[in-house]
Amino acid sequence: MSAIQDSFKNVMDWVDARLPVTETYEKHLSKYYAPKNFNFWYFFGVLAVVVLVNQLLTGIWLTMSYVPSAEGAFASVEYIMRDVEYGWMLRYMHSTGASAFFLVVYLHMFRGLAYGSYQKPRELIWILGMLIYVALMAEGFFGYLLPWGNMSFWAGQVIVSLAGAIPVVGADLATWVRGDFNISGITLNRFFALHVVLIPLVLIVLVFLHILALHEVGSNNPDGVDIKKDLDEDGKPVDGIPFHPAYTIGHDLPAIVGFLFLFCIVMFYYPDGGGYLIEHPNYEPANPLKTPDLIAPVWYYTPFYSMLRAATFPLFGLDAKFWGLVVMAGAIALPAVLPWLDKSPVKSIRYKGMGSKIFLFVFIVSFFILGYLGVQHPTPVRTLIAQICTAIYFGYFLLMPWYTSVEKTKPVPDRVTMR
Amino acid sequence: MSEKSVNTGRRNFLIGATSVVGAAGVVGVAVPFVGSWNPSAKALAAGAPVKIDISRLTEGEILGPIPAWRDMPIFVVKRSEDMLGRLNSKNERLADPDSERPQQPEYAKNDTRSIRPDLLVLVGLCTHLSCSPKYRPAIQPEDYDEEWIGGFFCPCHGSKFDLAGRVYSGVPAPSNLEVPPYFYESDSIIVIGKDEGAA
Repeated sequence: MSAIQDSFKNVMDWVDARLPVTETYEKHLSKYYAPKNFNFWYFFGVLAVVVLVNQLLTGIWLTMSYVPSAEGAFASVEYIMRDVEYGWMLRYMHSTGASAFFLVVYLHMFRGLAYGSYQKPRELIWILGMLIYVALMAEGFFGYLLPWGNMSFWAGQVIVSLAGAIPVVGADLATWVRGDFNISGITLNRFFALHVVLIPLVLIVLVFLHILALHEVGSNNPDGVDIKKDLDEDGKPVDGIPFHPAYTIGHDLPAIVGFLFLFCIVMFYYPDGGGYLIEHPNYEPANPLKTPDLIAPVWYYTPFYSMLRAATFPLFGLDAKFWGLVVMAGAIALPAVLPWLDKSPVKSIRYKGMGSKIFLFVFIVSFFILGYLGVQHPTPVRTLIAQICTAIYFGYFLLMPWYTSVEKTKPVPDRVTMR
Repeated sequence: MSEKSVNTGRRNFLIGATSVVGAAGVVGVAVPFVGSWNPSAKALAAGAPVKIDISRLTEGEILGPIPAWRDMPIFVVKRSEDMLGRLNSKNERLADPDSERPQQPEYAKNDTRSIRPDLLVLVGLCTHLSCSPKYRPAIQPEDYDEEWIGGFFCPCHGSKFDLAGRVYSGVPAPSNLEVPPYFYESDSIIVIGKDEGAA
C-alpha cells in the first residue's frame, strides 16, 4: 500500500470510530444488492431525487430575489425574469422542474402498481411514498400562488373555498386558512412560508424514510421474485448486483443524462409548455374582480380536479360541492391502502391474471381521460364521461380484493428473468 | 436496581401523569400557532363596512364588480320594473326560490332579496368555488340556457342565478348568491358590511 492509501485508511479509521461513514456507504451503496433485472421503469426513483435537488437549489436561489407580498410578488417575478442575471433560467428550471417532478413521480407510482411493489413486505415504503405524493401536491399548490398572477389568485381561491364545503365549520376554516376574508397578501405570505420552509422539510424527511425503508427490505423487481431466497456462499443474493457502481454508473447515470437532455429541451424551448406548464392568465397580475374564463389547474392536478367537478348532485342532504371534496380527497387517499386490497399470490403484472391486466389498463386510460377533461370547459357530456371515469378509478381499487383473488395467475419463476 | 424493586403501579402512574401534563402543554403551546392564522387586526380593519354612492346607477345597470367589502367583489344592480316583473315567473327552475337558506340577512329574505325592491346588493362570488359570475341581463337564448330570462352566469363551472341572485336547480352551486349586510344611509348612499342600527 502506498503512503497516500495508508494515510487515507488512517483517516477513515479515525472517522469510522466516531461516525459510521464506511458502514453507511456499504449498507446503502456498495453492498446494497439490487436485483439484476431492473428495466426502464426503475429510472424514476433516482430521477425524482435529481429533480428534488433541482427544486431545492433553484428554489433557494429564487427566494433571494422574490418578494412575498401582494404589492411586490408579481413585479419581483418580472424582475427575476428580466433584470436578475440568469434569473429567467433559475425560474424556468424551477417551473419545468415542478412538472418534471410530477411526471417522474407518476411514472414511479405506475411502476409500483404494475410490479406489485407495494405488496408485503413493502407496505410502509408505499405508504411513505403516498405521503410524499400528498406533500408534493401541497408544495405545488402553495408554490402556485406565489407568482401572484391571475391564475394563481383564482386557483388559490377555488381550492381554499373547497374547505368551505365542509358542513358547519367550513366557512370559518376557509377564513382561517386565508387569514383574511378573501385571498390576499396575508394568504400569499403564509403560503410562501409553507412552500419554502415547512413542506420542503417534511418532503426531505419523508424521502429519507422512504429510502431507508426500501433499503431495509430490499428492492422489488419486474418479476416480483424475492432475490434474498438465493444467496451465494458469501451471503450475497445470486441475482443481486451492488447498487454502486453497477446501477449508479451502468443504469442511472445514462438515465439522468437522457432525462436532463429532455428537461433542457423543454426548459429552453418550451418553458410554458403551450400554456400547460405556465398558464397564460398568469402573465397578468392577480385581479380579485376578474375570473379567468377557464380556471384549470396545472396538468398534474387535472385528474383529481375532474373528479371534484364530477360530483354534481346532492346526496343524503349534503351539497354536491361537499361530495366533490369527498370524492377528490378519497381518490387521493385510497391508493394508500392498496397493499391490503391486492389479494393476489403474485406481485408482478407479468404473472397476474387477465382481470388485473384489464383493470390496470382501463384504470390508466380513465386517469388520462380525467386529466384531459380537467382542462376543458365542463359540458353535460364531458361531465358524464368524468363520472364514468371516476367510477372506474374507484372500481380499480375497491374491486381489487375480488378480481385479484378469483383470477388465474401464471407460475412465477424461481429466479429473476432477463428480457 | 433489581427487577423486584420496580414499582410498576407507581411507574405507570407517573408515565400517565407526565403524558397528560405533556399533552396539556402541547395543546397550550398550539394556541398561539393556530391563533396567528386568524385574520389579523389589520385584515379586520380592512374588512370594515364601506359606503357606496348609487346616485348615478341607472335602471338595468350593474355597479361593479367593485372591490368593496372585505376585498370581495360586490354587485349592485338597479332592476327595472320589467326585470322585477319577470323575477318570479319561473320559480320552478330555482333551487331555493324562497331563500330558505341563510344566504341573506333577515331583511332581505323576500321576493326580491333586497331592502328596496329595485336595488339588488350581492357578494359577487359564486357559492360553488368562489369564481366571480358574469352579469347577463338580456332575455335571449344563451348556449348555457335556451330560455334565459336574465341573471348571472358563472363561466367556471356553469352555475346560473336569476336577477335576485337565486341559484337554478341542477348546477354545481349549492345555494343562492350571498346578500351582504347593508343599509341605506341616505337615498343615494348604501353602507355595506353592517346592519342598520348595529354598533
